[in-house]
Amino acid sequence: MTTIDVTPETGKKPESPANPRRRVYRPNTKYIPILATLALLVIMYTSGVVNYENFGQPSVLVNLFRDNAVLLVVAVGMTFVILTGGIDLSVGAVISMTTTLTATLLQGGWPPLVVLVLVLLLGSLLGAGQGAVIHYFKVEPFIATLAGLFLARGIALFINQSSIPIRDETWKAISEYRIEIADGVVTKPIAIVALAAVLIAAAVLAWTRFGRNVYAIGGNADSALLMGLPVGRTRIAVYTLSGFCAALGGVLFSINSTSGWALQGNGLELDAIAACVIGGVLLTGGSGYVFGTLLGVMVTGLIQTIIIFQGDLNSAWTRIIVGVLLFAFIVMQRLVTRKVKQ
Amino acid sequence: MTAILKNRLFWPAAILVVLLVVNMFTSNQFVTVRDGHLFGTFIDILRGSAPLVLVALGMTLVIATGGIDLSVGSVMAISGAVACLLISDLGNQNSVGSVLLIIGIAILVSLVLGLWNGALVAVIGIQPIIATLILMVAGRGIAQLITDGQIINVQSGPYATIASGFFLALPVAFLIAAAAVALITLLTRRTALGLLLESVGGSPTASRLAGIGARRITIMVYVVSGGFAGLAGLIYSANIKSADSISAGNLIELDAILAVVIGGTALIGGRFSIAGTVLGAILIQTLGVTVVAVGVPAKATLLFKAIVVVALCLSQSPTFRQKVFGRFKPRPAVRAEVPA
Repeated sequence: MTTIDVTPETGKKPESPANPRRRVYRPNTKYIPILATLALLVIMYTSGVVNYENFGQPSVLVNLFRDNAVLLVVAVGMTFVILTGGIDLSVGAVISMTTTLTATLLQGGWPPLVVLVLVLLLGSLLGAGQGAVIHYFKVEPFIATLAGLFLARGIALFINQSSIPIRDETWKAISEYRIEIADGVVTKPIAIVALAAVLIAAAVLAWTRFGRNVYAIGGNADSALLMGLPVGRTRIAVYTLSGFCAALGGVLFSINSTSGWALQGNGLELDAIAACVIGGVLLTGGSGYVFGTLLGVMVTGLIQTIIIFQGDLNSAWTRIIVGVLLFAFIVMQRLVTRKVKQ
Repeated sequence: MTAILKNRLFWPAAILVVLLVVNMFTSNQFVTVRDGHLFGTFIDILRGSAPLVLVALGMTLVIATGGIDLSVGSVMAISGAVACLLISDLGNQNSVGSVLLIIGIAILVSLVLGLWNGALVAVIGIQPIIATLILMVAGRGIAQLITDGQIINVQSGPYATIASGFFLALPVAFLIAAAAVALITLLTRRTALGLLLESVGGSPTASRLAGIGARRITIMVYVVSGGFAGLAGLIYSANIKSADSISAGNLIELDAILAVVIGGTALIGGRFSIAGTVLGAILIQTLGVTVVAVGVPAKATLLFKAIVVVALCLSQSPTFRQKVFGRFKPRPAVRAEVPA
């Protein structure tokens, strides 16, 4: 899609760079994980259409964006972090902090726009703090963002332990607003925001210097530093971006449910990571696309849709199927990367 | 003096001592004897920390080889679910033999789950964090399927004993954890096993070239981690006398990793400290108990924990220490006794 031709090679040099004919085949291998996910998505969708009535209606596809808007936005931020070789465990907690804070402030009569800007800033700030700790103090991302998880959820629980309703007019208006895409196909503004986040992120990753730096750091941080790339700035920016995306996800959550709750978004960080992996983003960093993450989110969303359509399946199957898919995709990635090495 | 201060375990140990002292003053019974058993806050801490100590112990070995095991919480849920399901089907739930057999089956299941993780990491060559993520995601679903989404209650005396029983005046759960710690310490520090673990963590390739069965050792640590997680799951479910597939071991992987890191084991592998891990696990448990004891409102407990965790992580970062304390400290050559 929008991400063609810009990924720097990630550390694996061709054995014979002098032979131009070998280069013809190589770009294809990077797309194999994404193509596999796309194929899976198509197969799942077709089997859904064949097996269930009404599955073929466009609203099913459109609703995927609406139902997974929060996960999509969070997973986009997570993609950037994973591309640099890091991980962000705090996103679910940032969502809960954002929804709780938003609901509390709106209840207190703050102007909606101020609340929006404030919570987005706070999420970014927390992300920046994590990035700074990771970069300057060399604390491992896993641990630093784990502390961030505790901190954000701690703040959320401290503000309020119970669910807070949102009665603000603006929030309700956005929540009840419907956009008619085609005849009979309606969606919510949050789906549009999520889609916009995907497109902007894909463009940033593909066509900006920042995007290239992200890939370079994920490929090899030391080489990136030696090349004179702003490693520290990029790394902090990536966590800031993830914090921002998580806060945005929280805002979408609060709009969708018109409430705030400190236990919202529990475990969402793992869903986001799983979506990235299914979408072909390598957890070692340096390889993957936002478009792949989008497909990953769609796959997990479609599994849930199919389980709902099936009706008699235990919801526990969602987790098991996601686990099986994770396994399949990881093994496939492994085989692909092995082939590239040989 | 500086040698003690520079020890990575100094700050965690100091915080633990402070917390224990606080508990000594806030609780009216720190350690007492009642009905021939030891009772009180301190004993509660020891008993309550048993599952975390067990999980963190397995995690230490995994991390020593440069891996990580995210699936421990799910393994706990599965082992508790298996045990409670089988016990609830028993005609006589108080039969010691059957309960022991069931405990054996549950632990066997956990070992197999560990073997799955180990095979993914060592045979297929998947990154540990993703390999164990698979079981973490799917495992809780499996546990929910086993219990059919219900909470299975059991009324088994022998089963409850492993969590709340006493033996030789000490809690059985604590004794189980202590035995596990002793066993692993003996195996890793009195045999070459510890050295082999560290060498695999340092460089699997170099270890293999040096004639060490790196693959076998990697698989083994995941099996051990699975087994300990299963044992922890049994203690957890015996404590609440039921199998709760959703909240059993929820987020314990994070607490366990934290305990390991507090204990001075680097996540990159190649070095590990069992004493440090035990210290870390007890510290985390004590923190939870203390927060309640000193009357921090329930809603602020997690925030309090977060602040302590942040402080601990920063205090253990050498770069942070150098940047923050470095400027206050005169040159060591001149006055070495000034504490950092």
